[in-house]
Amino acid sequence: MKTLLLGNEAAARGLYEAGCRFVSAYPGTPSTEIAETVAKYDEIYAEWAPNEKVAAEAAIGASIGGARSFCAMKHVGLNVAADPLFTVSYTGVSGGLVIAVADDQGMHSSQNEQDSRHYAIAAKVPMLEPSDSAECLEYAKLAFDLSEEYDTPVLFRTCTRVAHSQSIVELSNRVEHELRPYEKNPAKYVMMPGNAMKRHPVVEERTRKLTEYAETAGINRIEMGDTSVGYVTAGICYQYLRECFPNASVLKLGMVNPLPVKLIADFASKVDKLIVVEELDPVIETHLRSNGIRVDGGKDLFGLVGELSQNKILKALGMKTAPFRDFGETVPPRPPTLCPGCPHRGLFYTLGKMGLMVSGDIGCYTLGSLPPLTAVDTTICMGASISGLHGFNTVRGAESAKKSVAVIGDSTFMHSGITGLVDIVYNKGISTVLILDNSITGMTGHQQNPTTGKTLKGEPAPAVSLEKLCEAVGVKRVRVVDPYALEELKAAVTEELAAAEPSVIIARRPCILLPEVKTSPALHIDPEACKGCRQCMTIGCPSISFAEKKASIDSTLCVGCELCTQMCKFGAILKKEGK
Amino acid sequence: MNETKGIMIVGVGGQGTLLASRILGSVLIGQGYDVKMSEVHGMSQRGGSVVTYVKFGEKVYSPLVDQGEADYILAFERLEAARWISYLRQGGTLIVNDRRISPMPVITGAMAYPDDIVAKLRAGGSKVIASDALSMAMEAGNAKSVNVVMIGILSALTEFSEDVWQAALSDCVKPKFLELNKKAFSLGREYAKKSL
Repeated sequence: MKTLLLGNEAAARGLYEAGCRFVSAYPGTPSTEIAETVAKYDEIYAEWAPNEKVAAEAAIGASIGGARSFCAMKHVGLNVAADPLFTVSYTGVSGGLVIAVADDQGMHSSQNEQDSRHYAIAAKVPMLEPSDSAECLEYAKLAFDLSEEYDTPVLFRTCTRVAHSQSIVELSNRVEHELRPYEKNPAKYVMMPGNAMKRHPVVEERTRKLTEYAETAGINRIEMGDTSVGYVTAGICYQYLRECFPNASVLKLGMVNPLPVKLIADFASKVDKLIVVEELDPVIETHLRSNGIRVDGGKDLFGLVGELSQNKILKALGMKTAPFRDFGETVPPRPPTLCPGCPHRGLFYTLGKMGLMVSGDIGCYTLGSLPPLTAVDTTICMGASISGLHGFNTVRGAESAKKSVAVIGDSTFMHSGITGLVDIVYNKGISTVLILDNSITGMTGHQQNPTTGKTLKGEPAPAVSLEKLCEAVGVKRVRVVDPYALEELKAAVTEELAAAEPSVIIARRPCILLPEVKTSPALHIDPEACKGCRQCMTIGCPSISFAEKKASIDSTLCVGCELCTQMCKFGAILKKEGK
Repeated sequence: MNETKGIMIVGVGGQGTLLASRILGSVLIGQGYDVKMSEVHGMSQRGGSVVTYVKFGEKVYSPLVDQGEADYILAFERLEAARWISYLRQGGTLIVNDRRISPMPVITGAMAYPDDIVAKLRAGGSKVIASDALSMAMEAGNAKSVNVVMIGILSALTEFSEDVWQAALSDCVKPKFLELNKKAFSLGREYAKKSL
C-alpha cells in the first residue's frame, strides 16, 4: 500500500515494521511526531520521558533487557542525552537500539543549529541519514539490523525538511522480534575503568568494520550521469541537488558516519570536478580532505549557516535561477506571538511593568521576550532559567534577588528545572521562581508530561504535584496564583521578592488551545468610550489593533479572556456586541 | 532543472493551512502524481507567518518550492501574499483571502501595514483572484473553514474533477465537520467560477 506520510510518521512506521517494542522520547520540534505516531501502535510500548537523558537511558535498559528499542529527541536534546550516548557506545546493545536526533537547520523552532553529525563521530557510533519519508521507513529498519549485527547503538539523523515533509511510502507488515534472553554480563555492561578499558578497543574495531561496510553498503550509492562534475552529498541536500541536476553524477551517502574512503576516491576518479554539498559544518568535506581526496568546492561555495535549497545551490554554483518579482515595498515581519487568551500574556505584562530581570527558559513563554512585552532577559537552554538566576543573583547580591525572577513552564521544570531549584535551596539562595503551569507541553503542540495526569497513550497516570515537589526540595514559600488575575499576581510577586528565602509561585491556568478549555465570546470596543490611550495595546494581543485613533477587536481571534478589560480605565471594552 | 509543479499555502499560524495541504495532497496522490509537501510545525504555528510547500509531478525530489517556482499561491491573508509573491512563477496565479491580520510590529506601531496590497500585486503583473473567504466561511457556518473555501477556489482552476476534490475532502475532514466543509468548498468553488 502506498501512502503520503510525514518523515516522522514514516520513521514510526519503520519502527513498527522492524519489530521495535519500546519507545521513550521527550517532545522537541522537529522530532515530536515520531513518538506520537508510535503511540497509536498497540504492539509498541511508548512513553514520554521527563527529559532526553531519561529517554535514552530507558531505551538502553530496554535494549539490555532484550528488546528492539528506540528513543527520539531534537538536536539540542542529544546534548542532554550525550552522557549515556558516549558510554552505550562502549557497552553496545542486546536488542537493537536506535537513537533518533532531529536537526533544525535554519532554526525554525530552535535556539541553535548545531550539527549532530559531530556526536556520531565523537561517540564513535554509526549514523544513518534519510532524505525523504520512504528512506525514513527503510533506514529505521536497517538501523535495527545494523545495531544488532555490529553490537552498537545507531544514530538516526533527520532535519526539519525531512521530518516535516510528506512524501510517498510503501508499507509492509511488522516482523516480530522476540525478547533476547537476558544474561548477566558485567564485562559488557558495567562500565568501570577495568571493563571500559577492554571495551574501547572493541569500539575502535567496530568502527573499522563499519567503515568496511560503508564501502559497499547499498545506502551509499553512486548514480553516474554527466561526468563533468560529481557531487558528494547526503540527506535532504541530495533532494535539492537532484531537483537542480536530474542528470548529474552523484554519490549519495545514506550512512554519514563512519564514511567510506575507497568508494569516494573511486567516485572522484570518474568525474572531472568534485563538489561536496552539505548543510552546516564541513563533515563530509573534512573527511575527503583528510583522506587526500581532491575537493573542488564545498563550504567555500555553500557556507556554514542555515538551510540550502535548489536556488541556493544554483546561485552558489553561479547558475541561473527562475525569474521572480518582489512586492516592491517593505513587508512587516510576522514573528510568532502568544495566542489570544494565553495565560502567559498577563504574567509577562506584570513582570515587565515591575521592571524585573527575567531569567527565561524554553517554551511558548520564550515569546514573552518579543515586543511589546519585552519582559524576558535571557534564554539559553532547558532549565537554565532557574540555575542561571541563581548564578546571576549570587554574584550580584541580595538586592538583585529582590528584582529578578526565573520563569519556566511545567514540562520544562520537570525536564531540568528541579535540579536548579535544588541548587538554590541547597546553597542558601533566595531567588524567586515562577512556574508557568499551563497543564501541557505547549510549544511542541500539546504533549502530556508528568504533571498532567495522562500518558503518551492517553491513559490516566499519577500526576506529579508541583507544590509538593517544591516543598520536598526545601522551598517553604510555595503559592499558586491565577495569571489572569493581574492584581493578585502582582501582589504575590511583590511579596515573594521581598522574602529573604527562596520562593516558588505557580501561575496556574491551562493553555487556551486545549480542547477542554472553554473560551468566552469575543469582546468589543465601545468607540464612544475609547479615548485612544493605547493602554490595551501594551499587552500585545494579536486580536487588538488600532486605527483612526481607536482600538478595535477582531472578533474571529478574540477569546474573551478579559485581560484587556483590566487595562482599560474608561470601561470601553465590552462583553457583548451592541451593548 | 527537474520538471514539477508547485503550490504554496501561506498564512498566519492557526489559520488551518495544514488541513488545506492535506486535502491537496490527497487529491494529487489520487491522480497518480509523485507528491512531496513540506510543512513547518512548532514555534511559527503560534501566530507567525507559516508556509506549506506542495510539489507534484512525474518525479519530485526537493519538497521545497523556491522563488519563481510556484504555479499557485494560496494566501490566507493579504500581507502574507505580499511576503511570498516572489515565489510565484511568471504566469502563475495568486489566490488571496483579502483580509488583514496585523502582525505584532504593526500592532505595536513600529511598522505600517502596506495599503492596497491586492491592487499593487495586480499592478505588479501577477494573476490575482481575491476573495472574502472569511465571509464565505462564516456563511458555511464557521470562520475556521477559510482553509476549505480557499481549496474550493483552487479546485475550480485545476483540471481535476469536482468528485476527486470531494473525495479528498471526505478523507481528510472529521465526519462531524464534513457537511460544513462541503458547503465552504462549494462556496469557494462557485466564487472562483464566477470570477474567471
